[in-house]
Amino acid sequence: MRLSLKVEPRIETPRFLGFMIPVASLVSALLVGAVFLHFMGVSPVRAYSTIIRASLGDSYGISETIVKAIPLTMVAIAVMLAFTMLIWNIGCEGQIFMGAIASAAVVRYFSVDSRPLMFIMLFAASATAGGVWAAIAGFFRAKWNVNEIITTLMLNYVAINFFNYFIYGPWRDPTSLGFPMTPLFPSTARLTCYCGTRVHAGLILALLLPLISWVVLRFTRWGYEIRVIGENPKAAGFAGMNYVKNVVLVMFISGAIAGVAGMCELSGLQGRLQAGFSGGYGYTAIIVAWLARLHPIAIILVSFLLGVLLVGGETLQIVMRLPLSSMLVLQGLILFFVLGGEFFRKFRIRVVWPEKQSPVKEGE
Amino acid sequence: MGAPDPSRLLVRMEKITKRFAGVTANLEVDFNVRAGEVHALLGENGAGKSTLMSVLYGLYRADSGSLSIDGKEVAFSSPRDAIAAGIGMVHQHFMLIRSQTVWENMILGLEGLPSILPKRVIRDRINELSQRYGLLVDPDASVWQLSIGEQQRVAILQMLYRSANILILDEPTAVLTPQEAEHLFETVRQMTSEGHGVVFISHKMDEVMGLSDRVTILRKGRHAGTVDTSSTTKEKLAEMMVGQKVIFQIEKKAASPGRSVIECRDVHALNDRGFPALSGVTLSVREGEIVGVAGVAGNGQLSLCEAIVGLRRAESGRILINGNDMTNTSPKVVIDSGIHYIPADRKGTGLVPNMNVSENSILKRYWNRPVSKRGFIVWREVFQFARELVSRYNVSTPSIGTPVRNLSGGNLQKLMLGRELSDSPKAIIAAHPTWGLDVAATKFVREQLLAARDSGGAVLLVSEDLDELLAMSDRMVVMFKGRIMGELDDPAETPLEKIGLMMAGDRSGEPLEAAIEEGETA
Amino acid sequence: MEFILVPILTAAVRSGTPILYATLGEIVTEKGGILNLGLEGIMLLGAYAGFAVSYSTGNAWLGIAGAFCVGMLLGLVHSFICVTLKGNQVVSGLAMTMFGTGASSILGRDYVGVTIEGLDKISVPLLSDIPIIGPAFFRHDALIYCSYALVIFLCWFFASTRQGLYLRAVGDNPRAADAMGISVAKTMYFYTMIGAGIVAVGGAHMSVAYTKMWAEHMTAGRGWIAVALVIFAIWHPARAAFGAYLFGGVEAFQLRLQAAGTTIPAPILMMMPYLMTIGVLLFISIRKGKGIVYGAPAALGLPFFREERD
Repeated sequence: MRLSLKVEPRIETPRFLGFMIPVASLVSALLVGAVFLHFMGVSPVRAYSTIIRASLGDSYGISETIVKAIPLTMVAIAVMLAFTMLIWNIGCEGQIFMGAIASAAVVRYFSVDSRPLMFIMLFAASATAGGVWAAIAGFFRAKWNVNEIITTLMLNYVAINFFNYFIYGPWRDPTSLGFPMTPLFPSTARLTCYCGTRVHAGLILALLLPLISWVVLRFTRWGYEIRVIGENPKAAGFAGMNYVKNVVLVMFISGAIAGVAGMCELSGLQGRLQAGFSGGYGYTAIIVAWLARLHPIAIILVSFLLGVLLVGGETLQIVMRLPLSSMLVLQGLILFFVLGGEFFRKFRIRVVWPEKQSPVKEGE
Repeated sequence: MGAPDPSRLLVRMEKITKRFAGVTANLEVDFNVRAGEVHALLGENGAGKSTLMSVLYGLYRADSGSLSIDGKEVAFSSPRDAIAAGIGMVHQHFMLIRSQTVWENMILGLEGLPSILPKRVIRDRINELSQRYGLLVDPDASVWQLSIGEQQRVAILQMLYRSANILILDEPTAVLTPQEAEHLFETVRQMTSEGHGVVFISHKMDEVMGLSDRVTILRKGRHAGTVDTSSTTKEKLAEMMVGQKVIFQIEKKAASPGRSVIECRDVHALNDRGFPALSGVTLSVREGEIVGVAGVAGNGQLSLCEAIVGLRRAESGRILINGNDMTNTSPKVVIDSGIHYIPADRKGTGLVPNMNVSENSILKRYWNRPVSKRGFIVWREVFQFARELVSRYNVSTPSIGTPVRNLSGGNLQKLMLGRELSDSPKAIIAAHPTWGLDVAATKFVREQLLAARDSGGAVLLVSEDLDELLAMSDRMVVMFKGRIMGELDDPAETPLEKIGLMMAGDRSGEPLEAAIEEGETA
Repeated sequence: MEFILVPILTAAVRSGTPILYATLGEIVTEKGGILNLGLEGIMLLGAYAGFAVSYSTGNAWLGIAGAFCVGMLLGLVHSFICVTLKGNQVVSGLAMTMFGTGASSILGRDYVGVTIEGLDKISVPLLSDIPIIGPAFFRHDALIYCSYALVIFLCWFFASTRQGLYLRAVGDNPRAADAMGISVAKTMYFYTMIGAGIVAVGGAHMSVAYTKMWAEHMTAGRGWIAVALVIFAIWHPARAAFGAYLFGGVEAFQLRLQAAGTTIPAPILMMMPYLMTIGVLLFISIRKGKGIVYGAPAALGLPFFREERD
């Protein structure tokens, strides 16, 4: 018998691997990305250093990174919640848009002078809009097993078109010289910013949500239910848990969080609906959730990391004339390598020599 | 019957060792098959029988040891090599593509066939083999429409079609009625008379004694012995299998049944495909008695259990629990009224494999105090409950934080049993509770069920093991195609043949022609 | 009647062909049990490759071949992750979509605004003179005729050939196929690559034949619509053609309305294909319900590992 490579499932993963593997995946992805950039006639050294300098080089850069990390964290939590029940919410992008549209509608038609009241309405409107948008897909999935990946994705395109309708049409600012944007929000509808940077009060939510979701999942009855339904729907039915109700509820909450993230972006950052509103947060958040292995606290960290990439991407667009979508290449590569890394988490490779009975070397 | 030829070894396995992650399934096992013999491979569940045969069939590669076919040493890297060498295996779960027809399944994976399949030639060969070995099938039928017995015939033919010289049958009678089993044995005898070798994996001693020429016993992955069947007894075999003297009798006190706890009146239900699973079932289970449900798998037994506990919709009829109409209530209401269900599929329905022991232990009680208070789960209470459960029911686990998927079948069952029995339920519905368990665990499960019955609980026991049912049941019903064929008030005294006929669909007790009808799986 | 029907049908076929290729390619992949959701990315890279190669060589067919090769390469990556590394198939597809979208944007940035000759329309003699059907189906570019041939070939392939049977077996019950000696991994690799190649050709059709230009994100979600159409078609190539042309028709209709200067605002019109996809999925799920479950390859999306013990 010749020597053979055996692939074996692991019984449990050593702790340090659980941490090392995502890191190794990230590094590998960046390396391959460098190769790719090089072949595109872009200097990878210049590109990566630009990214680091732009996002971490000075306090303004860091604040911009935080600005990007805020919606990423919130939406990643939304994705994580849905995925706990094994529901793929790929529609966060659309839910963000719907939240923003609803907020703009409130400002346009129901503006009040009281700031607290304004924000209550904004919060409620954006949460409901995003929530309903997601719950539709959730309901179809729960009731008729319609693939939610496709429905949420299609709803993304619908939502973006809806958004375009408003900013090109009835809500367009007449003083904007034909550019597709709404008038600026009044100050009653703007979130406070800190220290002269663009970091807005949405930061509070971004830090609270992971904590709240961690507590809910680990310590509440409902958290237990949705974890069981996600891990084994048949056992959940056996225990008397209601599948349809929980799917719709989880999707609603997931969409609501995304909708609120849209509201925060609008109210804290941009101040008006305009073209290029969301830079693909809905999709990047999926990577955040996966890279963080669905752990709420890790999501905060990973969001920051990806914020670096996003800020860097915008700078690259200006400085090196790379299209904005180019950061998608890196994001896609990261996801590929994270998937590859999962293999080493679940399995181990042993080299078995035929003469000796016991394995000699363990390959990681 | 041709006499086995001791001089010609069709298969020789020497010192076969096979390990999986953390488990040694076979340790230096020797095994050989002579031409023209039926060689039984006996052992408890988990002893390593299927693993050893999977090595022979090329599904697994042994870590060490040698394998010779007809005197030549070989190394199989996949079933393709084994099939080419004349080895055929009929697995417990048949390797058939249910959506395809019999003839399409027959040529699955065959080399050297043209792209445009010669359907007529294939069908002719199927019919020829069919006649020769008495395995009647319709080549144009779709597999999902066949009964389990018919599917097994197709699986066997699959191997004969490939000119298998050595046929391995893995627990073949688990899914057959006694008559079908007899028919299978005839086919086996026909094969051996032609000089083929047949390996018969089983844990049923009676069959082994009746059919085989030699028996190899495996115990905990090791070779415990190989004997000639004619020179041994059931007791000796059992002793070799378990390693100590085995008591066969189940101590059962006389039953004193009370009021009816579970009552089904003319219940109809559909299966997942929309076909009838239950066609008018009427039965009752009283306090202090065990009612056994016999029948070949797929005749509605599991659907009946699911209907009672609210996991399957009853299209018509009534289900009463403690006198209250509970037809089509939610499973939670049923659980709260004291009915506990121990499902057959442990990792599928009964437990959540990726969650740990403590999280699984509260699956049926997480909405009650003391485990949950005002919407929050009090983990301290959960851990205490889990620890008590583990110690009382002897669940062997590294800790209560171990993911349940790492536990062995026996311990999974003990955990489930403990969870369901821990607050003296009024009724227990147990589906195949001892399937896949070793002798010690089986004994434990049976004792628990009897104890529940003795303390006044009502027990509905579904099992494919007729011996178990006959030993445990106070009353027994036999199901066939969603109907109750007969009710036996004294199952131990009823002739086995009568039960077998009912399992095959005949009420009257007279022999019935086997008809090919639409079947379904539970 | 002919006046209205013919232009709509013609536009439906032209517009629906990229989706048809993508759907057919995905059907091939899924029959083997692998779910490839990266169609959007593969189509975009296929569109880019087809355009770039056509531009540099001056030969549109080399461009199509180039696109097919690119698709196969992407299929290889997906197979490696899903079959060998047993990674999550949905996430791998998402990664492929992101990667393909970004890569095609970077690679294609110099080609924006450039036009090529591409593929010309060829009228099929005799057939193109049949009333209504003739002009609608037989006055197109050669790649569209290839798609007709592909539909017919695949119908026959799945139903009557040995390779088609083995492929379906792998997708329905890989354990059984493995036990019967079929190499599950090789089958999955091969057909995922071929399937991805066909998908890429769909993308190439858009840039080389349909618009004869390149633009960022030019597929606008067609890859995802194709994924939905596979379900709508219940994995059958002929029904896939029906679905694709239905889409093509909606797309063409919506464009026509815009051009005709209707009062309905453009963004609302552009929603139509996406809403229709949801509608179509709903329809098939409510009506056929369990029928889809039984029409789908039973082991779709599930990883296969031989040494798994119970």
